[in-house]
Amino acid sequence: MEIAVISGKGGTGKSSISAAFASEHDKIVLADCDVDAANLYIIFEPEITEKSSFIGAQKAEIDYSKCTNCGTCIDYCRFDAIKFDNGKVVINEIFCDGCKLCSRICPENAISMIDNAENLLLSGNFRHGKMVYGRLAPGEENSGRLVNLVRDKAKKIAEQNNIETIIIDGPPGIGCPVISTITGVDHVVVVTEPSLSGMHDLKRTLELTNSFNLKTWVIINKFDLNSEFSDKIVEYCNHEGIDVLAKLPYDKQIVDAMVNCKSITEYLPDAEIVKIIKIALNKIINF
Amino acid sequence: MEGKILTDKSLKIAIASGKGGTGKTLISTSMFYAIQEKYENSVLLDCDAEEPNSLLFFDASLKESLKVVQKVPVIDTDKCVYCGKCHDYCEYNAIFIIPPSRIIKVIEELCHGCGACSVACEYDAIIEKDTEVGRVNLFVTDNGMNLVEARMKSGVMSPVPVIKAAHKSTSDKDIVIMDSPPGTSCPFIQTVVEADYVILVTEPTPFGLSDLKQSVNTLKTMHKQYGVVINRAGLGDTKVYDYLKSENIELLAEIPFDKEIAILYSTGKIVAAHDDNLKALFMKIFESIYNSYGNSGNQR
Ligand code: SF4
Ligand code: SF4
Ligand code: SF4
Ligand code: SF4
Repeated sequence: MEIAVISGKGGTGKSSISAAFASEHDKIVLADCDVDAANLYIIFEPEITEKSSFIGAQKAEIDYSKCTNCGTCIDYCRFDAIKFDNGKVVINEIFCDGCKLCSRICPENAISMIDNAENLLLSGNFRHGKMVYGRLAPGEENSGRLVNLVRDKAKKIAEQNNIETIIIDGPPGIGCPVISTITGVDHVVVVTEPSLSGMHDLKRTLELTNSFNLKTWVIINKFDLNSEFSDKIVEYCNHEGIDVLAKLPYDKQIVDAMVNCKSITEYLPDAEIVKIIKIALNKIINF
Repeated sequence: MEGKILTDKSLKIAIASGKGGTGKTLISTSMFYAIQEKYENSVLLDCDAEEPNSLLFFDASLKESLKVVQKVPVIDTDKCVYCGKCHDYCEYNAIFIIPPSRIIKVIEELCHGCGACSVACEYDAIIEKDTEVGRVNLFVTDNGMNLVEARMKSGVMSPVPVIKAAHKSTSDKDIVIMDSPPGTSCPFIQTVVEADYVILVTEPTPFGLSDLKQSVNTLKTMHKQYGVVINRAGLGDTKVYDYLKSENIELLAEIPFDKEIAILYSTGKIVAAHDDNLKALFMKIFESIYNSYGNSGNQR
């Protein structure tokens, strides 16, 4: 079973909740799909047994010994990546989308595509089972692809080791990496905060999960920071037919746990919040 | 307006953080609020196009909504001979083709609108249509504050075209305060590439430090100027401070963890509008950046 934990915006405590979920069981595969800011390895310090890299997007590069400065490529590039700079045709690699069109149309064959950054896929053992995570090279666009690789690897490891539950910590937003994270999972848990912007992000996120027809649950984190908005969120979820899985109180100990490189479950196994998280996870698993 | 000055320099500041939720929006809305009274021709630009929510903090009305479109190919199956050249030219696997069965399909979600397939086709079988990928919304408040948001359409893969369009729509402004998308991937890069200075917001926790390092490394390769604001100071540990010292990165300010601030923010209030100390602090940060990194001559 794949359970994805996401939140419209980061900073809602999503990773802390994923970490707590992952600590509930002793045989789990934890997939950190927040490839742009993978963080769970900090808490769990996995022992890496496998590391592979793959090349991301390519970028165009001009060979000036061939270029005649004709400017044809400028007209073809749809990403405004090629310009005259002091009379010389130059490619701005930040804007280059790697579409390769300039290299195909250059009459002098002066443009070639070069490999850009290296993305990493890492996996190994941690104290509650197996862990997989990705590291996106800075500026890389194709994070959806890396998310898919992380998920595939997690599924493979789960199969090989007879592990039933995969916990996925997802990226923020509603774009390509999030879509890749939730496509085809069994459960999506959306973590939100009781604030005006939290509510706004939640609606946009639920729009997305609805369009994918996924079993969706909502966790309101730090619900006691603003009970008025908490109530509004509950009301909204009821109206939309979405289950509010849990309401977690604000607890400073979550940060303390993190500073000590532990999940809250490991740090304070008897805390009230840990009990609520445990019930929440069981509710999903037994659904 | 009285008290406002016409700026003799232009400046674009991006407020960013590795992860969302570190207080990036709190700082961008507050800084903009603090400076707009004095600096004429300024704008708050929300580039977090997947989840724009700066506007929630202002009572503003929509002035103009610009549609952002991207081109996608349409294949004329009467003319198509299923040669497959368009498929070969597409670097994004957006054209699906099975020649023996005479099946060809454009997968619009994967298409980047690069135009390569149209160039490839020798049979004049591809035309292009516009498809909406989002909006750039221009707002103004009663007292003349300018706000712009880039808003990606739900289900679209990349916010980059909307972010680029949003930059263009604010090019006539002297002061631009940008709320950047989280992370260090494409949307972040396309936002900060336009900035003269980047303020990185972080928390004094291990997660915060890990994200900060990644942001700093990215900005270094881009040769950008940047400094750091530590939000929720007092929580967590001191490793972020050690890192800043060892890397010689300027600590612009610390904002203490304060339940009052959290409550103001959570109810959609601009913190600087209710807290004079913070308002003065944001003004001070802005002016020191303005004096050092503003583009004089206003050659925009
Ligand atoms: S099309 Fe080729 S030859 Fe012409 S300016 Fe571009 S790189 Fe140079
Ligand atoms: S590869 Fe595409 S995006 Fe990059 S410079 Fe060439 S035409 Fe422009
Ligand atoms: S426009 Fe570019 S990305 Fe879109 S289908 Fe054609 S070649 Fe592929
Ligand atoms: S290149 Fe033109 S003719 Fe060939 S398969 Fe594509 S659309 Fe059809």
